[in-house]
Amino acid sequence: MSIKLTVISEIEQIAQQHQKWLAPLTDDSILMNTGLDSLCFAVLVARLEDRLGVDPFSTSDDISFPVTLGDFVRVYENAAN
Amino acid sequence: MLQTETRPLRHHLEGQQAAGRYFWGANGNVAFADLCGGTSLAGHLNELAGRSVLLAARDQLAAAVALIELDGVARRMVLCPPDVAAEHLAEIAANAEVDAIVSDRDAADFAALGIPLHVPAATSIDKVGAPPTGRCRTEWLLLTSGTTGAPKLVRHDVASLTAPIRSGAQAPIWGTFYDIRRYGGLQIFFRAVVGGGSLILSSAGEAVADHLGRLATHGVTHLSGTPSHWRRALMSPMARAIAPRYVRLSGEIADQTILDNLRAFFPHAGVGHAYASTEAGVAFEVNDGLAGFPTSFVDIGQGDVDIKIEDGSLRLRSARTAACYVSRDAPALLDADGFVDTGDMVELRGERYHFIGRKGGIINVGGQKVHPEEVEAAINRHPAVWASLVRARRNPITGAIVVADVVLRDRSTAGHGLTAQTESEIVAMCRQNLASHKVPAVIRFVASLDVSATGKLVRQAARDA
Repeated sequence: MSIKLTVISEIEQIAQQHQKWLAPLTDDSILMNTGLDSLCFAVLVARLEDRLGVDPFSTSDDISFPVTLGDFVRVYENAAN
Repeated sequence: MLQTETRPLRHHLEGQQAAGRYFWGANGNVAFADLCGGTSLAGHLNELAGRSVLLAARDQLAAAVALIELDGVARRMVLCPPDVAAEHLAEIAANAEVDAIVSDRDAADFAALGIPLHVPAATSIDKVGAPPTGRCRTEWLLLTSGTTGAPKLVRHDVASLTAPIRSGAQAPIWGTFYDIRRYGGLQIFFRAVVGGGSLILSSAGEAVADHLGRLATHGVTHLSGTPSHWRRALMSPMARAIAPRYVRLSGEIADQTILDNLRAFFPHAGVGHAYASTEAGVAFEVNDGLAGFPTSFVDIGQGDVDIKIEDGSLRLRSARTAACYVSRDAPALLDADGFVDTGDMVELRGERYHFIGRKGGIINVGGQKVHPEEVEAAINRHPAVWASLVRARRNPITGAIVVADVVLRDRSTAGHGLTAQTESEIVAMCRQNLASHKVPAVIRFVASLDVSATGKLVRQAARDA
């Protein structure tokens, strides 16, 4: 599964578990408008670390938190390379 | 009315009282009748009179015998469990002003401490006629557990240690999963010695099945341990070999699941959980089969124990409380009103207080507090779950999140696809019973959880999974 699909499947699962209504996801989706709260993002980062083996937000000091879903996926793609 | 016990322990073994009573160890036993008129200390008992003795035996039977012999003779005894780190011994010895060691270990192991007198501890009893009768009110120094750095020394005596004991069953045969050098185990030692019974000792490193086999052989009637001890015991097929009349839990929070499991497994036994700590002693026992304790305990106290809840933590005042910490720069043990703050946090639900965790063990998820133990209790309600450990995991968004290690009842399913379904069910169950930030973000299925020498789940400071 690509990194992008992994991220989207985790987001969908977390939204379901946390009973959040999820807006349609595209590369341009603004993360804070997707329907997930900060706890959901905390869970997302932890689960992605387990699935992808990286937590780009803890390993580097100069990463600002991405604004769009596309930015978010790119942070993981860059970290994986 | 509180009955204060001031007679040295040897008095409880005299005459007819000793008949048919034993300490049973993993590698031998001692009849109380022999101990009554003999000594294991090879004629050194007089030399130990008035001294501060570090009792550092590997073998619990040797330690049990020495405790009886030294009470009333030594000025002070430091009860040193075998797992105390060597680097802490010097500080313990200095704080307790130790001037003699009783141990079954090589004297060379203690050479660095520079203690003038080393007496070998043994389990063979020499019949020497009447051994010296002590008159001294010996101080019993216990080591606190669970913190980093050198353990603190807590001072008790026979009066404070036996205060919680009420006369009960005739000639009970006690067993405990604890080491008797720890408060939980020492309580059982006293119940056996003062209560007219016998005691089956545990042994470090002994297989659970072997220990249960010995408990069965000697016909254990009363058995005590932590919830973790009990979960481990019930997983052994040998648990079917014992039929205790009384099952006792202490040392960790007894949640409803473990109480129900024990009642189902031992349908003819009374199941009770006791609240005790090394500092505060035994505060109360709960025998109605339910987790937590009734609010009436706080309103009207429990016998000679006063109970109050302040800032969410349980505080106790009683004659069972240790006199003080023994060390150079020890903090005050009691507040201005004579209460000990146990550091155990409780929450009022209906007419009962429930334990939710330790004051210092809180996980901070984005500023919201989580007690690992309350999450564990929620997870343990799932019928497929045997035990769980909840801990913090560092997180760049909320500082920390809650993660859980879970042991399933049927451990053969761990690592298979079946666990995905179980994981969803556990999460769904937690969501029903807990606020969102308390629901584990990640659940990992593991084969077992670490249990410390004190019988408690090993909780580590927050770190990466």
